[in-house]
Amino acid sequence: MSMDKETIRKVAGLARIKMDDVELETMAPQLSKIIDWIEQLSEVNTDNVEPLANVVNINLALREDKVTDGGCTDKVLANAPEEVQNFFVVSKIVE
Amino acid sequence: MAQLTKGETGEWETVIGMEVHAQVIAESKLFSGASTKFGADPNSQVSLVDAAMPGMLPVLNKYVVEQAIKTGLGINSKINRTSVFARKNYFYPDLPQGYQISQFDQPIVGEGKIEIDLKDGSVKEIGITRMHLEQDAGKSLHDQHPTKSYVDLNRSGCALMEIVSEPDIRGPEEAAAYISKLRMILRYLGTCDGNMDEGSMRADVNISVRKPGDELGTRAEIKNVNSVKAVQQSIDFEVARQIEILEDGGEIKQETRLWDPDKNETRSMRSKEEAHDYRYFPDPDLLPLELAQEQIDAIKKTLPELPDEKKHRFIDEFGLSAYDASVLIAERPRADYFEEVAKDRDAKLAANWVINELLGILNKNEQDITDSPIKAEQLGGLIDLIADNTISGKIAKDVFAEMYKTGNDAAAIVEEKGLKQVTDTGAIEAIVDEVISENPDNVEAYKGGKDKLFGFFVGQVMKKSQGKANPAAVNELLKKKLS
Repeated sequence: MSMDKETIRKVAGLARIKMDDVELETMAPQLSKIIDWIEQLSEVNTDNVEPLANVVNINLALREDKVTDGGCTDKVLANAPEEVQNFFVVSKIVE
Repeated sequence: MAQLTKGETGEWETVIGMEVHAQVIAESKLFSGASTKFGADPNSQVSLVDAAMPGMLPVLNKYVVEQAIKTGLGINSKINRTSVFARKNYFYPDLPQGYQISQFDQPIVGEGKIEIDLKDGSVKEIGITRMHLEQDAGKSLHDQHPTKSYVDLNRSGCALMEIVSEPDIRGPEEAAAYISKLRMILRYLGTCDGNMDEGSMRADVNISVRKPGDELGTRAEIKNVNSVKAVQQSIDFEVARQIEILEDGGEIKQETRLWDPDKNETRSMRSKEEAHDYRYFPDPDLLPLELAQEQIDAIKKTLPELPDEKKHRFIDEFGLSAYDASVLIAERPRADYFEEVAKDRDAKLAANWVINELLGILNKNEQDITDSPIKAEQLGGLIDLIADNTISGKIAKDVFAEMYKTGNDAAAIVEEKGLKQVTDTGAIEAIVDEVISENPDNVEAYKGGKDKLFGFFVGQVMKKSQGKANPAAVNELLKKKLS
């Protein structure tokens, strides 16, 4: 499967990665190759095979409904570029 | 009966499907141990999992799973023994992970149905497509600063159930009935408090129009519809908008629109268009959720009697009208109150007192039945006094007002104020004689054929007895004496 420049531009946009035309040109053949390589997997016949979520047969861990966490506003906000009265402050996002 | 809207080119049918987001009642969040309590200080109920710090892992809340199963059973739906959590990828400042953990092609609850009650007394079935569990996002405040938005992540990671209906809804009335019924069921189950003001229940409404019998039209999805009234208003607006476009030869664009409750209109949310490519994939941090049939069966046994069953039982067991029954079952505490009053008493009389008197005065004072100063047992006591002729129905209303004011028992009030009904025929006869002798003109007129005056005599006697004379005895004696 070949990844053209426009597809990569769209994916980069969705991932919020800024790429200029030169980068897109470089990336297109590289990503195409990676995807082709992965696509070898589709040669295996998986008809009637259930998806395998893990290989050691364990169940999803669950927790009791107890309040055991939170109350660490300082830590949560530690990396915030801007904060006011314990709110994160971001550029206006309303339409 | 499909509701049709008249346009210039004939009639149009409205087709609606709804996605209702309901916050699950639980102490802690879906994947973290932070509290879900409403109204806390900003970012005080956020764990490092909710803040999406690198390396933090989600651990599923067992009780939320039970709540989801309970809800699925309550909306008559299939519970899927295997379900899978998936990542829905998009960027927004209220979503620190950069993806929402949701369920995609394998939700916990599959197909089902609920019944809605329409104004004309008919019942309609609305199909449920699915219900899945997902994380709620944080909350943004946009009115605090001219160029900035403020973000509070307390709600981030709280458990939501998204309940998706089939496109079976045909107009604003049915849509309102659907969301009201869903809310009632969730409140009965105790899985969501249904508080639309606090955002614990929110709806997205998918609306399209078509000529009756045609294929489905292109739909618009309306977001931010947060009250039953908004559901109805947004549908009215959107249906008119779509019909106008189609009748002018235009086409409906499939898009997300925002309901603006201040301007009463929907408008396009352009920014959402690009973001619709969510690239779902199974969340590698979470294994599939496997449920044992025994667990589902055990939860099924704990289900309370649901609104529709209760309604039918009230009609069959107590002989109530469908209307009275639907008023009484609207809230579970209300139904419980009524049942306590009606126990071993005349159920229709009990229904009358609860609906007309008690709910009347509570509504007037904006109180819930749980705030009622008159307890169920006390209202029952009042009805007993009417039933054994201790007081008349009319006096009972005064006693009721006094009970509401003081919270005292009916019997004590009757005793204290000397309100006992006079059934002693001799005492009543004396008053009757007095009234007759004081009103010779009216007696003459009555005997001359003015039958309507009978009411006047009854009124006079009741007045003289301060309302305490037994009305049946008064009638009988007056008839005898005036003939």
